[in-house]
Amino acid sequence: MANYTEEELAKDLQTQEYEFGFTSDIDSDTIPKGLNEDVIRFISAKKNEPSWLLDYRLNAYHTWLEMEEPKWAHVKYKKPDFQDISYFSAPKKQYESWDDVDPEMKATMDKLGISMDEQKKLTGVAVDFVMDSVSVATSFKEKLSELGIIFCSFSEAVENHPDLVKKYLGTVVPSSDNYYATLNSAVFSDGSFCYIPKGVRCPMELSTYFRINSSGTGQFERTLLVADQGSYVSYLEGCTAPQRDENQLHAAVVELIAMDDAEIKYSTVQNWYPGDKNGKGGIFNFVTKRGLCEKNAKISWTQVETGSAVTWKYPSCILKGDNSIGEFYSVAVTNNHQQADTGTKMIHLGKNTKSTVISKGISAGQSQNSYRGLIQIHKSASNARNFTQCDSLLMTDKCGAHTFPYIECANNTARLEHEATTSKIGEDQIFYCQQRGISEEKAISLIVNGYAKEVLNKLPMEFAVEAQKLLAISLENSVG
Amino acid sequence: MNVQTDTKLQSFLSGFEGVRENAIQNEAWDALQYLDFPTTRDEYWKYTRISKIANAKLSSGKASNTILDLEKHLLSDQFVIIENGIFRADLSSFDLSKVNVKVESTDTLVQTTANMDELFQAMNTALAEQTLFISIPKKQVWETPVQVIYITTENQIMSNTRLVFESEDFAEGHVITTFINEGNSQSLSNHYTEVLVAENAHLKLDKIQVGNGWHVATENVWQDGNSTFKINTMTLKGDIVRNNLNIEVAGENCETFLNGAVITKENQLVDNHSFVNHLVSNCMSDENYKYVLDGKSTGVFNGRVVVQPDAQKINAYQQNGNVLLSDFAKINSKPELEIYADDVKCSHGSTTGQLDEDALFYLQARGISKDKARKILVSAFVGEVLQSLDNEKVLAYVNQVLFDEFGWTEM
Repeated sequence: MANYTEEELAKDLQTQEYEFGFTSDIDSDTIPKGLNEDVIRFISAKKNEPSWLLDYRLNAYHTWLEMEEPKWAHVKYKKPDFQDISYFSAPKKQYESWDDVDPEMKATMDKLGISMDEQKKLTGVAVDFVMDSVSVATSFKEKLSELGIIFCSFSEAVENHPDLVKKYLGTVVPSSDNYYATLNSAVFSDGSFCYIPKGVRCPMELSTYFRINSSGTGQFERTLLVADQGSYVSYLEGCTAPQRDENQLHAAVVELIAMDDAEIKYSTVQNWYPGDKNGKGGIFNFVTKRGLCEKNAKISWTQVETGSAVTWKYPSCILKGDNSIGEFYSVAVTNNHQQADTGTKMIHLGKNTKSTVISKGISAGQSQNSYRGLIQIHKSASNARNFTQCDSLLMTDKCGAHTFPYIECANNTARLEHEATTSKIGEDQIFYCQQRGISEEKAISLIVNGYAKEVLNKLPMEFAVEAQKLLAISLENSVG
Repeated sequence: MNVQTDTKLQSFLSGFEGVRENAIQNEAWDALQYLDFPTTRDEYWKYTRISKIANAKLSSGKASNTILDLEKHLLSDQFVIIENGIFRADLSSFDLSKVNVKVESTDTLVQTTANMDELFQAMNTALAEQTLFISIPKKQVWETPVQVIYITTENQIMSNTRLVFESEDFAEGHVITTFINEGNSQSLSNHYTEVLVAENAHLKLDKIQVGNGWHVATENVWQDGNSTFKINTMTLKGDIVRNNLNIEVAGENCETFLNGAVITKENQLVDNHSFVNHLVSNCMSDENYKYVLDGKSTGVFNGRVVVQPDAQKINAYQQNGNVLLSDFAKINSKPELEIYADDVKCSHGSTTGQLDEDALFYLQARGISKDKARKILVSAFVGEVLQSLDNEKVLAYVNQVLFDEFGWTEM
């Protein structure tokens, strides 16, 4: 990605079909479709989990049975049939080292542009690659472990660091939190675990690439990231998925814990398969992401959302400790028949807590793009400060852009500002570019990138380039 | 849905006679059999608890024979007095040669835009005994406003009042509604208004809510082409006040202005829900609501603007400003935009904070006491909305209430 040039962008722009739509043939150890207690026991046994974790799953499962699917989001879709999903699929072979990795899987990663060999050398990014549900290779582990940093798959963490997992799992997103988080708590297959010890500044960007690979396999990722006192970590998450006709469900849970004086920067580029032009297929992305800030801690969410048929995602911060800071920077692009209902929640509990929300929505085609956010200032949050800005850009006359902010303030020393605007892409701006010999397509790409700059600037270098490219691909032929 | 028996609503309604002569009223009564009081689990009532109303034992109000001294509330020489939901012909005074005002029994109701799925609208339709019609004929311009005073003089009653404010093409007029209730804190005033703004008509409605007790007011407004509608909602008193303002902009080139001021203290709860539905192109709407909350009071603002598909060239602005004066006051604000057309300019803003320390210091440095300085700043903050009351008598009246209730001096 580092040497990405304009010629390549032009080439990409010509690629009409979904870029990463391919399937790799890897034997999966898949259990029959359906969900019941036995399936959960199977998953748990397969992963050699301790009994407390099985209990945790079963508990969540029983809670889930009594829950109803939420209907408040501004999206319409056919409810997934939870009995028609296979809840476990893992690549059969386990690898000892990078050299043992199946060449086909390596090739897959090459296509994704995240070749490990290259990344190992060039970018200094440690990649925890998730093919379907089980991590198959983790690089840079040694270098990280020298510093005491634990970065591994969730199952490994359960095996090697059960105390840490037990201590923190479900503390930010309780197993009864919401319909999809509870489902995830019952059936989560794998994910990533990260622990940064006291005072350690993680020297590289930690990164995980998720993929959905087996047809009909739900992906239930679980990420738990703990930054101990005074530590710093920047975490990248990026998603691509092969082309599929049936809807696939993705219900992940991400929990972040930033202890006193710690800082977590969590960046996501989400590019799940959005369905074809007629709205057929595509991923359902129902994700629960939440972070907890202790004293003087900071959590920053940055996301670029271009994929998924239906997105339902609200990365949130609980600002529990005094002087803690929460940030949310988002660019959400919807095209064709995509629907996105995304935003953030900032829960201010501690004194002098600050939050910033910048959300940029871009709607094209016949898509619906909603911002839904909550700013909650509790009685205890003296001198809390919030700034929210959500802008929407409309590309065609068939799409929709919506804003649903909830602002709740129970402390009179707090100061809150919220502003939202909705408008069309500037015809005069496009005209200006065209006059200077820039094609309409490129002009739009330029304008959109400028519009989203505020958020893209927050992304780490490698991601920013990829994100710009994604924006361009997502919006091609979108102006009506 | 099934008929609900044993609900809070059924026991609440047991004191009222529901079966009427009129088909629409009976339809509304039937609808009530399927409804119940909303709770905070309902999105539309998320921040407003009305269990106090739901648990109250109320009966229907009757007009008294006593003379009411309403001199200080009179803002026009054309006025209608409605006591406990019943028209007081003896106290009212209007010149039929100047204004077209009539009161009819709701038994003769032939049409309504009331939404029977909404509890308070259905309850009003089913139980209101009279409907007041204020109708401006074609091309008439009424110089004097018509004032309607709704007064509650009994405790533990529910008065259902209905107002139809309608116009024909090119008509112009101004209606002031004043809601008064001195001390009957266990009474509910459930008011329903239908406004029809015909083509090229210009209508204005001032709502002055200065009554204690509970008050729910619903306005269903319909705007035809080239028309202007302006509504000012001043909520200065009331233990629980809920305003539902629904405006359908159905004709092109319309202008719509919504202004609101909410000044509260003690345990008051004031909730303004507004909904502007832009159905067609080339319209503008401008909404501005300001809240000043003291004591343990709670303010709720929910402003929803929808631009329907193909309603292009819409300019919609919405602003909500809130000042919390005490440690215990609360505000919940939810400005919503739903846009289904692309060639639009829509924006909303919401701010919450306390008075500017620097400005306070500036005034104090000039020898103004802190208390007085606060009042000046608050008056200035709300002043922007009060300015939209372009009738001098109404403005003076509101200022007087602010002085009596909150000790504010006029700006």
